[in-house]
Amino acid sequence: MQMEQLYQEIILDHYRAPHHHGLRDRFQTEVHHVNPTCGDEVTLRVQLSPGADGVPVVDDVSYDSLGCSISQASTSVMTDLAIGVPLPDALATLEEFTRMVTSRGTVEGDEDVLGDGVAFAGVARYPARVKCALLGWMAFKDAASQAVDRTPDLAARG
Amino acid sequence: MTDPQTEQLVRHDPTDVDLARGDDVGYAGPEDQPEHGAVEVLGLDVAAIRADFPILSRTVRDGRPLVYLDSGATSQRPVPVIDAEQEYVTGHHAAVHRGAHQLAEEATDFYEGARARVAEFIGAGRPEEVVFTKNATEALNLVAYSLGNASVQGGRGVHGSRFAVGPGDEILVTEMEHHANLVPWQELCRRTGATLRWFGVTDDFRLDLSGIHELVTPRTKVVAFTHQSNVLGTINPVPLLVEAAHRVGALTVLDACQSVPHAAVDVVALGVDFLAFSGHKMLGPSGVGVLYGRHELLEQMPPFLTGGSMIEQVFMDHSTYAAPPARFEAGVPMTSQAVGLGAAVDYLETVGMKAVADHEAELTGLALQGLSSLRGVRIIGPADTTDRGGAVSFVVDGVHAHDVGQILDDEGVAVRVGHHCAWPLHRRFGIAATVRASFALYNTPAEVDALVAAVAQAQRFFEVA
Ligand SMILES: Cc1ncc(COP(=O)(O)O)c(C=O)c1O
Repeated sequence: MQMEQLYQEIILDHYRAPHHHGLRDRFQTEVHHVNPTCGDEVTLRVQLSPGADGVPVVDDVSYDSLGCSISQASTSVMTDLAIGVPLPDALATLEEFTRMVTSRGTVEGDEDVLGDGVAFAGVARYPARVKCALLGWMAFKDAASQAVDRTPDLAARG
Repeated sequence: MTDPQTEQLVRHDPTDVDLARGDDVGYAGPEDQPEHGAVEVLGLDVAAIRADFPILSRTVRDGRPLVYLDSGATSQRPVPVIDAEQEYVTGHHAAVHRGAHQLAEEATDFYEGARARVAEFIGAGRPEEVVFTKNATEALNLVAYSLGNASVQGGRGVHGSRFAVGPGDEILVTEMEHHANLVPWQELCRRTGATLRWFGVTDDFRLDLSGIHELVTPRTKVVAFTHQSNVLGTINPVPLLVEAAHRVGALTVLDACQSVPHAAVDVVALGVDFLAFSGHKMLGPSGVGVLYGRHELLEQMPPFLTGGSMIEQVFMDHSTYAAPPARFEAGVPMTSQAVGLGAAVDYLETVGMKAVADHEAELTGLALQGLSSLRGVRIIGPADTTDRGGAVSFVVDGVHAHDVGQILDDEGVAVRVGHHCAWPLHRRFGIAATVRASFALYNTPAEVDALVAAVAQAQRFFEVA
């Protein structure tokens, strides 16, 4: 495989200038996830709010991370796709992203759902890199579900 | 142990030019290179050796020749090792030490023959000092758990004095250990109330021995350390540490995973009490490792795993245990793997450990030179080959180790990336991950060139050079 297909420009752009980077003060939950095989780490915070129709909305995802281009870029793309979005939709995006990167290359990924996330399709061909691509997403899933559990206001309706 | 001076040195054929970048695959030292057309070079015939390793001629990733520089993780196996396993399995397999039939006898002879060869290879006084384990990790745990068993209240009290540890006692390790020689000691401390202490690592990647008198005291019960760091390549001063440990009556445990495959190791000369290594890093099969233990100690040490094959007598309420090594080999052991390890030892001895060590030192020197000639590449380990083995770890400024490894892989160069099971060591240097190239007797200078070129390619790809 050409390395340009794995490391698409979109990925390198996000890597060099990650979006929504840094830890912000407004958050309900904070998690710390590591990739034990390579030592990559992310500290990630989530702030949810009850949406107008009672469905929780992702207000903010902020993070501080250490890792390879794939994990950094993937976390950056994840924040683009999650912030300002109803939580169930963000989780559906996460499902689709996970389906794509764990498919060993058999699932292209739905661009309508994944946006820039489809650039990570090439990662699926390298099983050793799948964990890198999922590090930030799994941290988000964990933090969001803790936020729902801990915030009665959200749990009742989420 | 074979005297390195008398080991047969394989004559290098100067016409073997295809694998090396020239005719200089003999290793008399970098400043001592033979002239073109030199009649004879002492060293090993790397082309002939490579021909014994079928996997080395395969291609990877769109037809690139494989450049295998990950022997520190696991080595490849030569045909004689594969054949030895096959011969055993197809003609002689049975459960060893059990059964009164001919196959059981033959299988036992193969298994015990392998033990004797391994014992001789490491200079052990007698075969019973060699215990077969699953790998080095199990060998190290065996010692830690046996000490733990000796420390339990109401346990086999007769062993208490020598092996028991408890509150007030200390276990001493180093900051450069593989997790396999760290976590078992953490756990032993947790179970017994003993305290874990460690030697730090200096900025120039050596053990910090400045506090040795505060660290090695009458409270010290075990000093466990690595012979060669699997990350830094640093070779530790075994005699100095063994002497300090023995002066206070502490047991010494040497992790020899990265030394036994690469240089002549003599347990008696080193003076260690226990020594552990894995078969799969020394051209042998996976699933077999070795714990060497001084006989006098193994004889007194309580068992780790218990069950069949390790008993002397069993009653409903208690048992007595067999003499070593059987006491430490509970259950039906791995056999074809042990046989394969015996063949690996034969292979290494035929080449000669002196020739292996010289060859790898040459490759290491070339790698250190080549990599440090690239701007933005930092070697994480000693900069020259003095007291240093062939694990060459490095970081590339601006490119994460995983990304370097990915580009190398695309070029056919197989290396390891990450913390290499030495997370505290990486933390010590404020690094999340490194790239590690590691060598074996079958690697060539041309492969070192391929490594350096691929790292330069990674720098270009990520636009940092
Ligand atoms: C220095 C060192 N110690 C221990 C080990 C563990 O060996 P194994 O995984 O074969 O038990 C390794 C292998 O990675 C090593 O390099």
